[in-house]
Amino acid sequence: MAAVHHPDNELGHEHEHHGPPAGIMRWLTTTNHKDIGTLYLWFSFAMFLTGGVMALTIRSELFQPGLQIVEPEFFNQLTTLHGLVMVFGAIMPAFVGFANWQIPMMIGAPDMAFARMNNWSFWLLPPAALLLISSFFVPGGAAAGGWTLYPPLSIQMGMGMDMTIFAIHILGASSIMGSINIVTTILNMRAPGMTMMKMPLFVWTWLITAYLLLAVMPVLAGAVTMLLTDRQFGTNFFNAAGGGDPVMFQHIFWFFGHPEVYIMILPAFGIVSQIIPTFARKKLFGYSSMVYATSSIAILSFVVWAHHMFTVGMPVTAQLFFMYATMLIAIPTGVKVFNWTATMWRGSMTFEAPMLFSIGFIFLFTIGGFSGIVLAIVPVDIVLQETYYVIAHFHYVLVSGSLFGLFAGTYYWLPKWTGNMYDEGLAKTHFWCSMIFFNITFFVQHFLGLAGMPRRVPDYALQFADFNMISSIGAFGFGFSQLIFLYCIIKCIRGGPKATDEVWEGADTLEFTDLPSPAPYHSFETPPKVK
Amino acid sequence: MSQEANHYYIPTPSTWPLTGAIAIFFMGFGAAFTVNKLPIGYVSLAIGFAILIYMLFGWFGTVAKESESGKFNKQVDSSFRWGMGWFIFTEVMFFAGFFGALYYMRVLSVPWLGEMEIAYGTSVWPEYAAGWPTAGPGITEQFTPMGAWGLPAFNTALLLTSGLTCTWAHWAIKLDKRSQLKWSLFLTIALGALFIGCQAYEYMHAYSELNLKMTSGAYGATFYMLTGFHGFHVTLGAIMLTVIYFRVLAGHFKPEHHFGFEGVSWYWHFVDVVWLGLFVFVYLL
Repeated sequence: MAAVHHPDNELGHEHEHHGPPAGIMRWLTTTNHKDIGTLYLWFSFAMFLTGGVMALTIRSELFQPGLQIVEPEFFNQLTTLHGLVMVFGAIMPAFVGFANWQIPMMIGAPDMAFARMNNWSFWLLPPAALLLISSFFVPGGAAAGGWTLYPPLSIQMGMGMDMTIFAIHILGASSIMGSINIVTTILNMRAPGMTMMKMPLFVWTWLITAYLLLAVMPVLAGAVTMLLTDRQFGTNFFNAAGGGDPVMFQHIFWFFGHPEVYIMILPAFGIVSQIIPTFARKKLFGYSSMVYATSSIAILSFVVWAHHMFTVGMPVTAQLFFMYATMLIAIPTGVKVFNWTATMWRGSMTFEAPMLFSIGFIFLFTIGGFSGIVLAIVPVDIVLQETYYVIAHFHYVLVSGSLFGLFAGTYYWLPKWTGNMYDEGLAKTHFWCSMIFFNITFFVQHFLGLAGMPRRVPDYALQFADFNMISSIGAFGFGFSQLIFLYCIIKCIRGGPKATDEVWEGADTLEFTDLPSPAPYHSFETPPKVK
Repeated sequence: MSQEANHYYIPTPSTWPLTGAIAIFFMGFGAAFTVNKLPIGYVSLAIGFAILIYMLFGWFGTVAKESESGKFNKQVDSSFRWGMGWFIFTEVMFFAGFFGALYYMRVLSVPWLGEMEIAYGTSVWPEYAAGWPTAGPGITEQFTPMGAWGLPAFNTALLLTSGLTCTWAHWAIKLDKRSQLKWSLFLTIALGALFIGCQAYEYMHAYSELNLKMTSGAYGATFYMLTGFHGFHVTLGAIMLTVIYFRVLAGHFKPEHHFGFEGVSWYWHFVDVVWLGLFVFVYLL
């Protein structure tokens, strides 16, 4: 076992023998990638529940036509903050949590490259979240112009918008530091013999994700800075009377925003690419094509942004370019889906919870991908823009894509992290409840959108009533299903059957082959031998 | 130099990041309240800045000590290089956003404003010429744009020269010529400070004589935001160089081990290159 520490080395061992400080100080001051990963994961789960409560309030209001529970102004604040909290507070930090836990173990590194900065990346998140959430309680309430913060609405709002802008700045700084850490760790900390093309796919997808983050988070920072100066310092970036253009904000925002959607899905691709070979007990089909497909998705993501804004009044040539460029992305994505399917082909498969979520991911993410292609077609998009069809589309890629990927990864690695097996029965219940209620919630929203129901409205015409009621019932089911997940995790942390070192019989990455379960506090202080 | 550490240095638990997070907490709320003119905002912002400066001293001081005591081996050094390189990449992308805004307005949206028709040949702003520089069709206050060949050209010369002195300092450190190193670093900082002074003078001149303000439409916004963020980065770079200068006085850095200096010099060359872009696209064209 090439694990744990070597007491005979002279340097850098002052922290090894007495472990972490006790109590709360351990978490406040930690420089350990596993501790920081845990912090990220719990934080993101708290934000997931916060954003979830907002979603359920939205769905309660939409349960029936008419205004019954919240004021329309507050409804708009809820949709805005639901989006921001889920994107920046739940999905992104959760993947960074996985990166922290897994990347050093998967490449045979002792820790992240910048262990102290890693702590800072995490501890910037709570102030940002406070800033964002507490904006509900200031005069004028939280930002209410949608998570995309389009001017002129976002220029006109109250203090809540400024708090949102500064929260985004802090979240961006955290993401940038996290990404620099991840890129550097992957490029510089691999064990000898771990060549780039031997890296597990999760590591590859995170390398590319981190690169995307480094390229676009600063652009978002620039965009919200322009919003801030337009609001408070009299500049005219987004004001036509001053020679600016509100549409310019959309261009800059989506130059960030489109790579951002890949930032939220590529690590999920990585997780699924680890899980499917394990439970099919076969090597991943087409490893190198997966790497190239991921890279092409990343490159293409920079030239498709305007498909989010086909209706703003752009030249037809631009619409055509962005339509075709968008459709091109279906090719590398298709490569991935076929590779996962081919990996399962004639595998000796078992269907534990990680595999169930991965297969659910492939099915549902593909549906989200298809509705994406539908939306990429300019004439169709012009009809469907700002309808529930768009809502259905991106919840298929973000909930049954990113979130199912996160669930799959949690069940897959939880035994390695805690040393205990989770309760398979509970996990399977969680899967089936999530799967069924997710589809009840969001599948009907396709029909609502096709029938013309606009998004971001607290009230709607009577003909939309039935599907909205179904969707709301599904949403509550999905929300409460997540309590099973929480219970299952707590139960696993507190005890359960001991996991073997290998955990899953088909697993072949370093954390399963070279480390015991639970993984020791410091792993790979001496690099493992990579075959 | 002591024997190189044979293990990658992983720092022990530290309170500096948390201190920094507390600083950012005060600064975030402080900034949001300040721009809304709530008095508590200024207090909070000041507290945040004070804590941040304390944290920067403490954190960088710790890193400098670790570096001087030989805890960083080649692999750690290599991490710093990757890290600084990617950080500068993010800075490039930040400026790319603002250059993109300048391009978009000059080439696309301002000309569109000149062609805008409501219907049947009636224009929204029939009088608007839609040339550059412009304050836009709805702002009637006149301004004079900033010329390129006065102070800005002198500033270009200043920064380019400081790039040279910075490289001179790098050679001095490599050849272990400490007195040359001190002088060339000092010169670099002085040129940087002079640049910042000239920039401040230029802003005063623009406000008092050219009537060119932040509020002067598209031109004013891009002029002040681009040159302002650049000036802010030069200020940061000059502060970083000053820290390096004092570290040199304290005898830090060796011919084969001086990434602290080198990272700052990369940053300095980066602000240099951004300025060249500014000079061409903001002042000259």
